[in-house]
Amino acid sequence: MSTGKSFWEMDELRIVTGAMVILSGATALLVVMPYMLLKKVPPPAALKPYNNDQLVGRQSYIANGCVYCHSQQPRDIKQAPDATRGWGRASVAGDYAYDTPHLLGTMRTGPDLLNIGARQPSKDWHLGHLYQPRAYTPGSIMPPYPYLFEVRQGAAQTGETVVNLPPSFAKPGEVVIAKPEALALVAYLLSLDRTYPALAPLPAPATGASAAGKEKP
Amino acid sequence: MDFTVSVLLGTFLLSIAALFVFIWSLSNGLFGDGTAAATEIFAPNELGRVEDPAATAAQQGGLQQAMAPGDEAGHRMAAADAEARSRADQSTSLVVGVTLTLAVVWLVLASLAGLISSIKLHAPDWWVHYEWLTFGRIRPIHLNMVAYGWCSLAGIGVAIWLIPRLLKTELVGAKYALVGGALWSIGVFAGTVAIAMGYSDGLEWLEYPWQIDILLVVGGAMVGVPLWLTLLQRKVKHLYVSVWYIGAGLLWFPIMFLIANWPGLHFGVQQATMNWWFGHNVLGLWFTPLGLAAAYYFIPKVLGKPIHSYNLSLLGFWGLAFFYSQVGGHHLIGGPVPSWLITISIVQSMMMVIPVFAVAVNQHMTVLGNFRALIYSPTLRFIVLGAMMYTAASVQGSLEALRAVNTVTHFTHYTVAHAHLGLYGFFSMVMFGSIYFIMPRVMNWEWPYPRLISLHFWLVLIGFGIYFIWLSIGGWLQGLAMLDEKTPFMQSVALTLPYLQARSIGGGLMTLGHLVFAAHFFAMGWKFGPSRLGAALLGTSLFSRISGKQVAA
Repeated sequence: MSTGKSFWEMDELRIVTGAMVILSGATALLVVMPYMLLKKVPPPAALKPYNNDQLVGRQSYIANGCVYCHSQQPRDIKQAPDATRGWGRASVAGDYAYDTPHLLGTMRTGPDLLNIGARQPSKDWHLGHLYQPRAYTPGSIMPPYPYLFEVRQGAAQTGETVVNLPPSFAKPGEVVIAKPEALALVAYLLSLDRTYPALAPLPAPATGASAAGKEKP
Repeated sequence: MDFTVSVLLGTFLLSIAALFVFIWSLSNGLFGDGTAAATEIFAPNELGRVEDPAATAAQQGGLQQAMAPGDEAGHRMAAADAEARSRADQSTSLVVGVTLTLAVVWLVLASLAGLISSIKLHAPDWWVHYEWLTFGRIRPIHLNMVAYGWCSLAGIGVAIWLIPRLLKTELVGAKYALVGGALWSIGVFAGTVAIAMGYSDGLEWLEYPWQIDILLVVGGAMVGVPLWLTLLQRKVKHLYVSVWYIGAGLLWFPIMFLIANWPGLHFGVQQATMNWWFGHNVLGLWFTPLGLAAAYYFIPKVLGKPIHSYNLSLLGFWGLAFFYSQVGGHHLIGGPVPSWLITISIVQSMMMVIPVFAVAVNQHMTVLGNFRALIYSPTLRFIVLGAMMYTAASVQGSLEALRAVNTVTHFTHYTVAHAHLGLYGFFSMVMFGSIYFIMPRVMNWEWPYPRLISLHFWLVLIGFGIYFIWLSIGGWLQGLAMLDEKTPFMQSVALTLPYLQARSIGGGLMTLGHLVFAAHFFAMGWKFGPSRLGAALLGTSLFSRISGKQVAA
């Protein structure tokens, strides 16, 4: 070749260095900086850590993929009427202090669940709804979870939790008993309650997208 | 200074500086001589000679007529060059054959899982007694089988096949890729079982437990080894565009996957930002580079003419790397995450228009005026369609990142349709075309039933058309309904039902297309079918054909 190497000629070194520098930059921006900022956010005083039962239920929530239809991140009323629907105020980073893995979700095939425990505090309702959602919400497309329950002819034994289905869905002579996994899942759902005020003091200023109402100290 | 202000200011200054560097480079010969590099994928004197091993003899003739009529004699490849290329192709045949076979198996399984998920959304009481078949498990099984089974293995197979062709030498270190591909496949299988049994990490795109992720990190790194080894032995002066994409992609994936799955590192909302840093980068820095690498090779190669502008591809590559890597935050618009992060991601999502148009202009200008070639070349039909869908998906994605649009589409089926436009419309289509080109070289056997290629094409095109159009409309209406506070939530569910049913029909046609494709693939694997030209088209007789002695009429 008579012409020399062009300034823009690509070689291995450029590909590797360029690719790594760019990935590091993006990682710093989207992973490391949030890490440093959010590490300092203290859990709100009103938010309790999950107990063992609730953690087992949370695991069941993950295992059965509830997150693929339910978000856990109400948006600000200025963006969407989430609060009007009773889903709660816009969530802030501190609300998730005990949430690892995060379950923010990306779909609302079903409603947001961050405050389902406050909105629907009935254990009976949740158990029955998990057994057959359409017994409580006509038109629901949520799957039933029969494998979390045991259906038996005759009576329940002591210590077992019987699901009280609406009369039209209950079959005579048959009892539906909640397995421990169903009870744990409901315990987790009932623990979802972030109705305390969001205005906990944050050490770093202006880190919350949804801390719109935050006052300067 | 306020933290947010300093971050935004820093980003702004960096972008301005980058713009000036770009303008300076323009005036310093960025549009200088890229011809040599652009023609590097051709043998001397090969320009003007079409190549599509998936085409029948008649199609080959038509293709050649469409591109360079009556000029075959002028494009004879030297016998030595033809032989070198044949050896290059042979050096990858085992590892590529294995990888692509696994990919096709995953494609079929993934399609079935997807179809089941789709049906379950409008028939919720169907097949509910098995835990592993519940929607919340079969859906992530579908996603992971598509992403890590079909798309990744197909992308890896195509990339490995391209490496010797791009570097004009034989593949070095094929065994690393073979072991890497095996580890990867075991990982996908184990991950699928884990999700089915309920052992999910709970993060979208990152469901596999970390113990299984090790297999994908190690396997992913190992499939990259032959690239670096072969690079050292290369016999080309210039690295063609596809090499950059493949090289960067093979580096990026293992690192990202490692960071994303590191146990105990991520927490709460930070994990959500990490989740979408990964979730979007796996598309932008893994699938897209592999898909574009294939498109950048096969479009000019089939047509026998170089890519429109080599320098545009340079802009496209670095623009994609820089902007795409920062767009992940747009998945969390309205979420409890730092607002500067969201803003940067929205801005960079819009900036993606630059590399997308660079690629679009480049690839479409190459095809422009040669659309008749699509009639004759099965490979090109899939790949050009895929390239068009890449442009469409990217522009749609940029618009979806805007707050006003995102407020409607976020949390709806619209996003699902968009994701399929990218990973199916673009990536999978390009992979189909690439596999049709590659497999005859791998097997030394023609596609036995060319009509099945057409059947596959039309089934998936019509199926995907139904899927995408109806789900997009349904998703948009769903979003509008959710934003209207007077509309009960259940209304937003009920109105989607007909669209979800349409999606199942579309998905059913796509699955049918994949079954046709897989059946054809395995028929070829077992060397079924009439041996019309048999090895005449390929193998050793390749040379006589290429040197123009018996051009198909």
